[in-house]
Amino acid sequence: MKNDRRARIKEVADRLSAGFVSAGALPVETDSLLPADVLLDLYGEDIRARAYVTHDPLQGEQMLRPDFTVPIVQRHMSEGAEPARYTYNGNVWRKQSGGRPAEFTQVGYELFDRTDPAGADAEVFAMFSGMLAGYPLKVTTGDMGILLAAVDGLKTTDRRRAALRRHVWRPVRFVRLLERYGGMTPPPETRTALLAQVAERGAETVLEQAGTPQGLRSEQEVLARIAVLQQDCAAAPVSAEEVQMLEQVLALKDTSSAALETLRDMAASFPALKAPADAMEDRLKAMAARRVDVDTLPFEVSFGRTSMEYYDGFVFGFTAPDRTDLPVVASGGRYDALTRVLGQGRSIAAVGGVIRPEALVAVQEGAL
Amino acid sequence: MSLKLGIPSKGRLQDKTIDWFAQHGITVQRTGSDREYAGQVLGVDNVELVLLSAGEIPKELAAGRIHLGVTGTDLVREKMPRWSDIVAEVELLGFGHADLVIAVPDCWVDVTTVDDLDAAAAQFRADHGFRLRIATKYHGLVRRYLSGEGVADYQLVDSQGATEGTVKNLTAEAIADITSTGDTLRANGLRILSDGLILKSQATMFASKAAEWDAAALSAWGGFAKNCGWAEKPF
Repeated sequence: MKNDRRARIKEVADRLSAGFVSAGALPVETDSLLPADVLLDLYGEDIRARAYVTHDPLQGEQMLRPDFTVPIVQRHMSEGAEPARYTYNGNVWRKQSGGRPAEFTQVGYELFDRTDPAGADAEVFAMFSGMLAGYPLKVTTGDMGILLAAVDGLKTTDRRRAALRRHVWRPVRFVRLLERYGGMTPPPETRTALLAQVAERGAETVLEQAGTPQGLRSEQEVLARIAVLQQDCAAAPVSAEEVQMLEQVLALKDTSSAALETLRDMAASFPALKAPADAMEDRLKAMAARRVDVDTLPFEVSFGRTSMEYYDGFVFGFTAPDRTDLPVVASGGRYDALTRVLGQGRSIAAVGGVIRPEALVAVQEGAL
Repeated sequence: MSLKLGIPSKGRLQDKTIDWFAQHGITVQRTGSDREYAGQVLGVDNVELVLLSAGEIPKELAAGRIHLGVTGTDLVREKMPRWSDIVAEVELLGFGHADLVIAVPDCWVDVTTVDDLDAAAAQFRADHGFRLRIATKYHGLVRRYLSGEGVADYQLVDSQGATEGTVKNLTAEAIADITSTGDTLRANGLRILSDGLILKSQATMFASKAAEWDAAALSAWGGFAKNCGWAEKPF
């Protein structure tokens, strides 16, 4: 029984893989054991909770491949020519809390092309949509670029914009910051007290009286942050209209073409939304040209905000309705920012996605 | 089969556990020499006493090799993902109080809340080129807490002991550790963040859901339950 199932999963994986190859993708293999430092630096502690990390006395910390994206981007950046299309078909390992197998297959497709982002987004989505047609799946799309552009357009200090941008993927802290910057919640009492002391005695004296310096974070760094806190305290709050605009953007959920209309209306008052609305229009046109029905395709600005932290543009996900036991069946999106981090300044335009054949087989079995 | 009761094999935690049972009319005593890990329970039939390192008790409960065990809530929550599926909290014993907290150097006058820590971590990473290091042995609890609070740009570094010294030794910038009075933290020039309390822990009687609760074990449970005022069934 178990062997049958494995064979079926492999069959589905190979069929998907062949589909990507026939669409022009180059099949690539990567190591299963990856140096942990790059992944940890990129994803932070969250990945340590999800991935298997092991220690090698000579090589240091190693990680069992938690996804293919990073090794493929690295490979492409060191040797690839553009545009490039890659596909992979292999196992990844992730700790699971819900009792699901920690080892599972991923079949994916990655497209590196900086000339036509809308076309690239549409190409990847249409390909996934085509391959998954016939399965009872629910699709959702989104665009992290809209929220990022809305934040960038706020009339406030650079630091506040940067802080909000940094936490776009962490809704809890994003909301707290926004409420503070909008003057809805007061700064913490301890901060007000510190700034009062600094005003009275000077930052250096306050620091001297606080105890012996210790650790790698220097006195200069503490003084620098006190200066930042002073500037922030003096800055005017983010206006109620702008806070409301952000909240409206975050709540925007409609069909793709209707969402674009709303975005256009909002851009009339908030010009920062014009560029992402233009980008969305281009993408919808490119998708329509590939026979995607954008008048019914669901769109949510906040989609992918928490689960797909490295995506910063168009995102999509295919899930099995009424199957809460299953993970997302397929997901993907644009991740230019990730390539910027990995390329240490050099970046490429990248969009891709991944299908989990195990989940697809489970959906099929459920539908039988 | 008898009911297996796991208690800490030495130290204050063992003494307090024995006292607690004594207050409930149950005698738990060591047998043989001081160094021998053996003991017995008087006052309840069919009980086998198992002396274990407090850190091992969660594992033994999870494996179902002991029915009841006394250990800290901190250890159970750290070592058992989905702990409430595996063990039941029978009673908080009222001793062994310890708080898992996040502490930073006194000289960080700009950092008093988790919100500040997050901002300082962003600045630290930009200045130093690596994530701000927090030394701890409670990786799971600390990670879950910081993740829930939406803190970024930090990393956990493992410290199995003398964690308060890691900042001075330049192996971490901040720590997350257990403290009961805060004295060791203060002595090492560290200060607890005002909202840096991750967990309030105390010695707790846990019942294993994985152990085999046969008639003998259940009858022994009944004996404990009568003396200690526990429910009729372990969970």
